[in-house]
Amino acid sequence: MISLAQVLTLSGILFAIAVAGLFLNRKNIILLLMCIELMLLAVNFNFIAFSRFLGDINGQIFVFFILTVAAAEAAIGLAILVVLFRERRSIDVEDLDTLQG
Amino acid sequence: MQKIYLTIVLAPLIASLAAGLGGRIIGRTGAHVVTIAGVALSCVLSLYVLDKFLVDGMATYDAPVYTWLVSDGLHLGIGFYIDHLTAMMMVVVTFVSLMVHIYTVGYMHADPGYTRFFSYISLFTFAMLMLVMANNFMQLFFGWEAVGVISYLLIGFWYTRPTAIAANLKAFLVNRVGDFGFVLGIAAVLYYTGSLDYATVFAHATSFAGAEIHITPTITWSAITFTCLCLFVGAMGKSAQVPLHVWLPDSMEGPTPISALIHAATMVTAGIFMVARMSPLFELSETALSTVLIIGATTAFFMGLLGIVNNDIKRVIAYSTLSQLGYMTVALGVSAYGAGIFHLMTHAFFKALLFLAAGSVIEAMHHEQDMRRMGGLKKYLPITYWTCLVGALALIGFPGTSGFFSKDALIEAVGASHRLGSGYAYFAVVSGVFITALYTFRMFFMTFHGKERMDEETRHHLHESPRTITVPLVLLAIPAAAIGWFTIRPVLFGDFFSGSIHVLPANDVLAKLGEEFAGPVSFIGQAFLSLPIYLAGLGVLTAWLFFLEKPELADRAERSFHWLYEILVRKFGFDWFNNHVIVAGSRLLGGGLWKYGDEMLIDGAAVNGSARVVGWLSSVVRYAQSGYLYHYAFAMILGLASLLFWLLWRT
Repeated sequence: MISLAQVLTLSGILFAIAVAGLFLNRKNIILLLMCIELMLLAVNFNFIAFSRFLGDINGQIFVFFILTVAAAEAAIGLAILVVLFRERRSIDVEDLDTLQG
Repeated sequence: MQKIYLTIVLAPLIASLAAGLGGRIIGRTGAHVVTIAGVALSCVLSLYVLDKFLVDGMATYDAPVYTWLVSDGLHLGIGFYIDHLTAMMMVVVTFVSLMVHIYTVGYMHADPGYTRFFSYISLFTFAMLMLVMANNFMQLFFGWEAVGVISYLLIGFWYTRPTAIAANLKAFLVNRVGDFGFVLGIAAVLYYTGSLDYATVFAHATSFAGAEIHITPTITWSAITFTCLCLFVGAMGKSAQVPLHVWLPDSMEGPTPISALIHAATMVTAGIFMVARMSPLFELSETALSTVLIIGATTAFFMGLLGIVNNDIKRVIAYSTLSQLGYMTVALGVSAYGAGIFHLMTHAFFKALLFLAAGSVIEAMHHEQDMRRMGGLKKYLPITYWTCLVGALALIGFPGTSGFFSKDALIEAVGASHRLGSGYAYFAVVSGVFITALYTFRMFFMTFHGKERMDEETRHHLHESPRTITVPLVLLAIPAAAIGWFTIRPVLFGDFFSGSIHVLPANDVLAKLGEEFAGPVSFIGQAFLSLPIYLAGLGVLTAWLFFLEKPELADRAERSFHWLYEILVRKFGFDWFNNHVIVAGSRLLGGGLWKYGDEMLIDGAAVNGSARVVGWLSSVVRYAQSGYLYHYAFAMILGLASLLFWLLWRT
């Protein structure tokens, strides 16, 4: 039987990988989006684990919601990305610094 | 009765609006017809009201008409308080106003602002009636300010003249000083009695007398003295008492009819009326009454002196008005309110008469006001001459004229008083009689007698004024000459004012005089046993000698008393002082506040300073804004982590 701690550790590791991916990646915006998705998955893992071990079905319902929202978000994110690429001919993170003060 | 009172007040207002707003439609004739009709209606109804009081013995009327607002127990509204004092004032105001309206038809006939002028003077009548008929301080203040505004408008009636604009501004500003005191006084009344209605305030007067103001724990002022002094400052501004008198001579820049109506007969006496109305309060403060007395005496004496050296016919009468207002104030100061109001009434008639006569002369002389270019007008202007003579005799107190009764009674009342300062006041008013006679007849002789000093062209066109001018002169001359005979007994020594003016028995000098009073004829007889009448005669004689018979004597006196003459020509330096100390000081203060307070502190430090601080802060913070998403994300994660860490560490 897998213990709660093991599942939480897994989700922690997933989250850490996602964060590391966010910072280490200097090239591609698609990678950023994937890292964010990974973070959400890590959170989902937590929900499922707690749902299972506390016997509360609500957690799993939340996961469905999060998955739906994540899918929608990915769709919008990719759409923005396409527009961005048409506009700038690049999806390089280093080039996107118009927010600079 | 309420309907009648409302009609009295509103008739001039409606007429004024009709003439002012509809002047183009109803035309010049329409404007004067409607305003004269309005004021005539008021006048007739005022006479009816006075008659009701005198004949039927009607009781005092005190009722609200309209509630304007109620806030936290403070009740502000419009109401009428009609008693003998009010009724008399109403008759004086509307009668003089009516005369001036009629006079204006002739005097202003060629002026382009004809309808505007009628609108203003009718509006003035409305405001003045509101002032005298008020039953609360709020309405009194409304009337007070309204007459001030109209006075401002009328002094600057010929608004293309720079001198007129300067004069109306001066009048307005000086009156602000007085009004400041007046508002403080009203506020003090409200604070100590919790009401602004006359009846309530007077009922609380005695409890008021005990109240004290603690300036510091050791220094205390009597609340009633403070209040009365504040109210009197208001009266000083409106009634032109030293040192707030400087605006009145300059107000002569306005057209002559309003000099007669506003700056001689009615508005300037508002201060006198107010003090008399507040007699239940003033009676309780010896200090305030002594101040009133001394200021009045100073005005009466020193302002009269200035009349002797002035050459402008209107200004001589203006200084005379100042002096006479001083007389009234003196009467108030010795608790002889009845005498003050009596003199107010007679003065309204004879001074309006003198002004209108002067206006008639000015009109005949083609707007020449300098007496040095007049002389010998008697044969050209017979009606003006005789009516002016009546006015002049009344002013100097010639036995039998109205001015004689009021002034003589006033002087005797001052003599009978033992209040602090009454000795000085007695000296001032008695020697003032000589001065009055001197400047009045100097003016009279220089204008109507002696050599004809005008140029040929003017002389050629000299003729008596039209009937619209002479009829008011005659109608005013009648009360100026005769009204004293049958009013002195009831007004001064009877119980005419017993319901409206409150005098403590210990202060009642008029009652003391009343014991010896045995009718107007014996009053005249007694006058011959006292000094003033001879001083008046001496004054006339001096004027005759110096300015008619041997003018070189006047020149010699001017040379040998050069310093005195110089002081008088400079009007005791009041204007100099105001210009060089008060005005310059205010400008300096204003300039300093503007430069250092406004530009440096507020603009420099507070407004621009805070903007500069924000700008500097932003220029530092912008280094953190790299524009790279992962920097921002990193900051977020870092923040989240530290927050979590802090939570964990706390537990």
